Amino acid sequence: MSDTPWIVAAEIAPPVQRARRWLAPPTIGRGLLAWVVPALLLVFWQIASSVGWISDTVLPSPLKVAQAGWTVAKSGALFENVEVSFLRAMAGLVVGGAIGFAFGLANGVSKLSEHLTDSTLQMLRNIPHLSLIPLVILWFGIGEEAKLFLVALGVFFPIYLNTLHGIRTIDPQLLEMGKSYGMTNSMLFMRIILPGAMPSILVGLRFALGIMWLTLIVAETIASQSGIGYMAMQAREFLQVDLVVFSILIYALLGKLADSVARFLETQCLKWHPSFQSGPRA
Amino acid sequence: MSFADTSAPAEARAAPLPDFEAQFRAPPASGVSLTLRGVVKAFGPRTILRDIDLHIPGGQFVAIVGRSGCGKSTLLRLVGGLDQSTQGQIVFGEGEPRTAGESPVRVMFQEPRLLPWANILANVEIGLGAQRKTKLARERARETLHAIGLEERGAEWPSVLSGGQKQRVALARALVSRPRLLAFDEPLGALDALTRIEMQQFLEKIWLRDRFTALLVTHDVMEALTLADRVLMIENGSITLDLAIDLPRPRRRGSVDLALLEERILKRLLRDETNSPEYAI
Repeated sequence: MSDTPWIVAAEIAPPVQRARRWLAPPTIGRGLLAWVVPALLLVFWQIASSVGWISDTVLPSPLKVAQAGWTVAKSGALFENVEVSFLRAMAGLVVGGAIGFAFGLANGVSKLSEHLTDSTLQMLRNIPHLSLIPLVILWFGIGEEAKLFLVALGVFFPIYLNTLHGIRTIDPQLLEMGKSYGMTNSMLFMRIILPGAMPSILVGLRFALGIMWLTLIVAETIASQSGIGYMAMQAREFLQVDLVVFSILIYALLGKLADSVARFLETQCLKWHPSFQSGPRA
Repeated sequence: MSFADTSAPAEARAAPLPDFEAQFRAPPASGVSLTLRGVVKAFGPRTILRDIDLHIPGGQFVAIVGRSGCGKSTLLRLVGGLDQSTQGQIVFGEGEPRTAGESPVRVMFQEPRLLPWANILANVEIGLGAQRKTKLARERARETLHAIGLEERGAEWPSVLSGGQKQRVALARALVSRPRLLAFDEPLGALDALTRIEMQQFLEKIWLRDRFTALLVTHDVMEALTLADRVLMIENGSITLDLAIDLPRPRRRGSVDLALLEERILKRLLRDETNSPEYAI
């Protein structure tokens, strides 16, 4: 053994992890690390406002924004408006998402259905849905229907496209195996098609959540009598810049919340997927 | 049921819900015989199999060898019900031609084809087909996992297994319903040399225990000779060699008898289109 020392060296050598250790922070701090940059930005913003680099009429200091937030929160207007916006977003997501999912499934499973509807849907997809706002206002006025329609239309396409894509890219070998092992159509769907398409469907959901907030903000800002966007527009009328900034922050927070929910769904539904497994792999 | 059944009473088999407990306690049914009469398979103008006549008695281990593209996999897909023959009949047992319905055949593919989103035990349970939901399904799946030596890992995802282990799970899935004919489509083709030998010994052990009829498609002549009672060679869509291998088991790899047979078959396989029936049996 002594004349072949490299064999010994190879056996003792630790698994290749060195490069990673440099970059990866200690495990406790990893969650906090994401907040370092926002916190620094906030501190810089506060200092810049206090020193007078940024005028209050352009961008009020974080403290003033927080004060404005506290005032609307105390009056109860904040929660009322957030609730209204949240319910609108969810209603649009449920309606548009369900229709998109249904079309995606139907067109993924049935060739007839795909020939019948896919090219029409692809044509409609190329119309920016926000360009319909004038038409929607003419149709529905500025009531709830207008916002529901726009949000539903916005979330329909990402969910539809990704569901369809997920079903189309299912491994045909698995389907053949299922058929050969005597699976009925409903079993094929529940055990192979749906779980196989799930990663793609969840990607669609994440896109849809982004579009959902975007659509709602635009719709509420242009034509609304309640909601966060309406709150921001009201504040603009009275030159309350701090309240406008606060409304924008609320949108950011809600967007982040929606993204976290989507992430949570991914880790729950895709436990089997190697990219979502934390343990060692063979 | 579309095939004649010689061991179980016909009325029990024809019932909509099979008496699973009785089946579980009963010893496994022995292999079903397989008869092909004038089977032709063509894809458009290309004829892959020409007029195949073949009888395999129940419980026999038959290996099919041939160059790639000779039609051996097509033959297996016809037997496994994955494709329909253009002409001819495929009969299981001594009964009428097979129609749709629960097949006595299970196919094991070259790839494991495990569902990545189902744990290992659930993957094995797929093999039980309609019986999957019965009380003893889980017990039987567990028992089969035990037989392949992976009983401790039933709750894990397939992605953590090695290639050989995945193929073992696929074998358990094929075995769990106690099929009376098991068709293997180069199941060991993607494994490394050592795992292959291990799996061959394992296959032989299982076959000796359960005595199903086995149809093994392989391009490895030595594998065919180690495992099979009978080796068929397919060339240009016809069976050109039908060789009984009458050697005691377990066969020792590298023995003179096997080497001589291997040379004989390889010579035949490697020779070009000239076909004088030198080794016809």
